[in-house]
Amino acid sequence: MVTKPADKDEALPLSVHDLTVAYHRRPVLWDVAFNVRPGRLVAIIGPNGAGKSTLIKAALDLTPRASGSVQVFGGTYRANRHRVGYVPQRESVDWDFPISAIEVVAMGLYREVGWFRRVGAKHRLKALEALDRVGIADLADRQISQLSGGQQQRAFLARALVQNADLYFMDEPFAAVDAATESAIVDLLGVMKQEGKTTLVVHHDLHTVPAYFDDVLLLNMRVVASGPVNEVFTQDNLQKTYGGRLTLLDEATQAVLRRERSL
Amino acid sequence: MILGNLNLSWAIDGWIIAVGVLAAVAAALLGNFLVLRRMSMLGDAISHAVLPGLAAAFLITGSRHSVPMFVGAVIVGILTALLTEWIHHYGQVDEGASMGVVFTSLFAVGLVLIVRAVDHVDLDPGCVLHGAIEMSPLDTWTIAGFTAPRVAVVLSAVLLTNLTFVIVFFKELRISSFDPSLATTVGVNAVAMHYALMTLVAVTAVASFEAVGNILVVAMLIVPPATAYLLTDRLSVMVLLSAVIATISAVVGHLGAIAIPVWLGYSSTHTAGMMAVASGGLLVLAILFAPRQGVIAKWLRQRLIAMEVFQEDVLGLLYRAAEHDHTATLSTDQLIQRLQSSRWTVGMALRTQRQRGLIESINECHSLTAHGVEAAQGLVRAHRLWEHYLVDRAGMDAAAIHLQAERFEHVTDRALRDRLDEETSATAHDPHGKAIPDESGSAD
Repeated sequence: MVTKPADKDEALPLSVHDLTVAYHRRPVLWDVAFNVRPGRLVAIIGPNGAGKSTLIKAALDLTPRASGSVQVFGGTYRANRHRVGYVPQRESVDWDFPISAIEVVAMGLYREVGWFRRVGAKHRLKALEALDRVGIADLADRQISQLSGGQQQRAFLARALVQNADLYFMDEPFAAVDAATESAIVDLLGVMKQEGKTTLVVHHDLHTVPAYFDDVLLLNMRVVASGPVNEVFTQDNLQKTYGGRLTLLDEATQAVLRRERSL
Repeated sequence: MILGNLNLSWAIDGWIIAVGVLAAVAAALLGNFLVLRRMSMLGDAISHAVLPGLAAAFLITGSRHSVPMFVGAVIVGILTALLTEWIHHYGQVDEGASMGVVFTSLFAVGLVLIVRAVDHVDLDPGCVLHGAIEMSPLDTWTIAGFTAPRVAVVLSAVLLTNLTFVIVFFKELRISSFDPSLATTVGVNAVAMHYALMTLVAVTAVASFEAVGNILVVAMLIVPPATAYLLTDRLSVMVLLSAVIATISAVVGHLGAIAIPVWLGYSSTHTAGMMAVASGGLLVLAILFAPRQGVIAKWLRQRLIAMEVFQEDVLGLLYRAAEHDHTATLSTDQLIQRLQSSRWTVGMALRTQRQRGLIESINECHSLTAHGVEAAQGLVRAHRLWEHYLVDRAGMDAAAIHLQAERFEHVTDRALRDRLDEETSATAHDPHGKAIPDESGSAD
């Protein structure tokens, strides 16, 4: 993951080139480039507003890109999206939706179920197995608002599991979960790694980065550093990442906007 | 019996009710997904935007033929959804505001066009609001020897289409309503589902427009699904319930329109309006009586919990009295005073605890039985363990912990007490220096 995108290796699960994303013309991500090697567990860290969630959304085509490209397994995301799983941020979920834990998990199987078909016994069984793997099989028929924060997170992990993808994006899976859930998630990430899966995790707790992850991407609108934890997770890089916003970049953007308005 | 004095004719009232039910159920089926996507207002917007479509189609084609009118109205309906999205996205306007701008503008254009056309045609702005459901049995089609009102035939086709859509795409509607991003990643095109839904909302609004007017469509798109949402937490049940509620609203609405004004000494009123009122009434009933979410159920549950807590407080008080003053009994008046409660509440609590064999009362003097001492010991133990834990582990101020411990003691069972004991390293005294009673035996 250290490498700058120089060579186009077909096997790379994720390769981001010169990615820029802007909301209302204000850049959120600026010229982001990095590669992710297969089978790695990668933490994405950075302060609030650094563009961590935006990076995931841009990679998944959920947010329009101003420029740059994202390659997934050597092709476009569209072509390979069946190999990609996504665990959204907790806040973005409508917990009052009339849906049970097992129905949430079964959603991960919709591609397999196919259009016009109903979720059958076979798929329910698969979903139940996934819930069992995350330790909440007994809560399968609970409506999702009646689960605790940790159980909700586990249900969404189970959904990602049944997708049986090769590359996973997880947006803050450790946010607001209890200690038992945290260690369950860590175990699960380890198992997924052993199965050869690649996982990118937006993460907030800097203390646990060396223990949980192989690689780290330090992000603050642009990539401050990326690579193996023991090489790039340094005090110096953290200082650069968290030590204030990129004010000059902001100012330049404001100047551009002002000039355009005056035209 | 109440309806006994009404002159119901199946040829007329039967068809009016049938038309109302068809329109109401067709709208309610789609409405479930509007409510769940928090897009209720878009249904409103689309139903209003139908008007300029009708007027424009008339002005362009110069005929009142149904097909061009229908197509024109549906196109403008879909345009409403598109324009709302565009203004929201490119104008950086809040979605609700964007909707408000689009549909009021379109509706106004429609009114202007109608006034322009009014010399030529009988498009009545009044009918726009409440339709002319009462007239529907008069305009009939005969298909294969079977004669039915035209709107009933059209609405049946619409209902069948909506029903098929919801059944066939149930899974896709569910995922794109719940999690559009995931929908896209598992290969369900959430945007396409959105516009398919909007198209059907437009078609339903147009088809219902003439018969039942705007009000009923707007009400039926939202109110029955919102009511059903309160009554269940399963999507399939919600869809089914919304259809049942829509049906009931239509039937009750028509009967009410005939009956209620007569009781009040007026002639009968608009059926469509009354159907909408009926659905609103059902929503209020659901808010009050829903089994889990309902106001009354919640109130009852809270009362039960409060009563339970109070009964436990009586045990705790008797235990502490025995421990502190070495008086094993308290009189009813003492209990009332110390618990700052009413005679009735204290009496109820005492009766319950006597029935459970935890308290015995002799001449208005009450004391704990052997079982009562055990139960009270658990409570007091929990309370003092919590106090210790809150000060020692959570670092809270000793003055502020009593209320917190009071809340926790009522939900702390044996297993939790054991864990607390372990975490506080089996301490013998609480922060106030009082002995923490043992699980089974005495206070030390």
